[in-house]
Amino acid sequence: MSIWTKVLYAFVSVSVATVYGLTLSGIVRKLYARVHGRFGPPVWQPFLDIIQTYSRRVAVSHGNMFFLGPVFRLAGGLGTYLFIPVIFGSALFSNFSMAGDLLLVMYFVFFGQLGMALGAGQGGHPYSPLGIARGLSQMSAFEVPFSLAVIAVAIQYNSLNITSIVAAQQGGFMHWTLLTNPLAVIAAMISMLGMNMHAPFSIVLAPQEIPIGPPVEMNSSFLSLLQTNRGLFAAAKLVLFMNLFFGGATTLVEMILKTFFIYMFSVFVGAAYPRFRPEQSFRFFLKWPAFIGVLSIIYITYLGGAS
Amino acid sequence: MNRKHIDEIEKQMKLANEGLPEEERKFFADVIPTRVDPFNKYWEQFLNWARSRSLWMLAFGTGCGSTELRPLMTSRFDMARFGIFPRPTPRQASVFVVGGYASIKTIKRIIRSYEQMQGPKYVIALGSCTINGGMYYDSYNTINRLDYYIPVDVYIAGCMPRPEALIAGFNRLKEKIVAGECEGMNEYTDKFDWFKKNQKEIIKDWNMPDYNW
Repeated sequence: MSIWTKVLYAFVSVSVATVYGLTLSGIVRKLYARVHGRFGPPVWQPFLDIIQTYSRRVAVSHGNMFFLGPVFRLAGGLGTYLFIPVIFGSALFSNFSMAGDLLLVMYFVFFGQLGMALGAGQGGHPYSPLGIARGLSQMSAFEVPFSLAVIAVAIQYNSLNITSIVAAQQGGFMHWTLLTNPLAVIAAMISMLGMNMHAPFSIVLAPQEIPIGPPVEMNSSFLSLLQTNRGLFAAAKLVLFMNLFFGGATTLVEMILKTFFIYMFSVFVGAAYPRFRPEQSFRFFLKWPAFIGVLSIIYITYLGGAS
Repeated sequence: MNRKHIDEIEKQMKLANEGLPEEERKFFADVIPTRVDPFNKYWEQFLNWARSRSLWMLAFGTGCGSTELRPLMTSRFDMARFGIFPRPTPRQASVFVVGGYASIKTIKRIIRSYEQMQGPKYVIALGSCTINGGMYYDSYNTINRLDYYIPVDVYIAGCMPRPEALIAGFNRLKEKIVAGECEGMNEYTDKFDWFKKNQKEIIKDWNMPDYNW
């Protein structure tokens, strides 16, 4: 396949993922509204919001890093998504998966936040660094169980290539990591709660405490870049979790169904719990989830979990 | 035109920022805001349609009328179904709801917040106090008419207007946005000197920049 065909396919795949991620966030807003006893905004509201922020006639920039912050964030989202094979065996949705892409994706998941930290810091608003401090601390905390789970998966399948990890899980749900290595999945799903930043871990974008948090100074088209990335990045993370732990997907419908239910896990938890204080949130991830992560590695290495 | 003339014109284009100490002036805008015209007709119509369906409201309780915003936000009246959302920062908001009477202390904050919003921006003035002073018409420290100080798109009369009246006001604002009649942002820049004169007349301790961009 020529590189241009691949680029074209990647473009289609990124567009589908962005639209899917934004629709998903519209559904989530509707769902939260129903839990509150409201009707809630229409499902396509995120699209209208993006057009609205993009259509502002003026934008205030606070310097070069401020300008680059949203660009880094979007680069993080794009980078994460473009190295994950979305649909197993499909040429259109295989993206740029290659040997060792798991490590690259792990890096890209956190790249965007670091870029955003530099950009939002230049905004000069006191709530930006406060939000960034919370975000980066929480990120370092939930990275521990997530990395342990990913290490366990890499040991289990003897591979750092996401495509071959998905390939090893084919042939019925009994082959999914969910059943062959349940401890790793538990640790990873708990760290996903922090990654998706729904309650009780919604301490970064906390409108009632630190108005909006890091993007408090982001306006107009800067904000619309961040919103676009929020859709794409949500889809990318869900696809990563589906590939590593839930056997991947062979059709688009299967992908949508699986990622939808994976996302609903963090939404249901978010709808049922109030918000943690920052220090409670950081400590939470470093206790039981990290311990379960270590157990999963011990299980897979010494107790014959590896097939 | 020689260098001297250019310097002279540039000096006239700049704001005086008189209340500020010399060492702080470099931190603030000293350029007079300029008019930004709408896009080409059909594109602007499409954008106005989207803007009217996604109104981000600056959640800043400026007066007692903002009590009525809480039932509007929560499950009884649920403004989210009309595409109206609270936004805690003026940078991202597009609608400024001025909640009732504005004391002279508050009008200072209202002006700062209004100027920080990114256009096109809309203002809804809520309650009789913003129209003619209402029950505070002869008070020594409240303003009587809001549109002397910032351009207002929709007034909602009443003391207090109920959330139903607010929803009706928001719907009126939507109609005006779709019709392309909400150019308050450009009105403010066109009549900038007049607005500033009025603002400085009422605010005696003017110790902020002339324009908060």
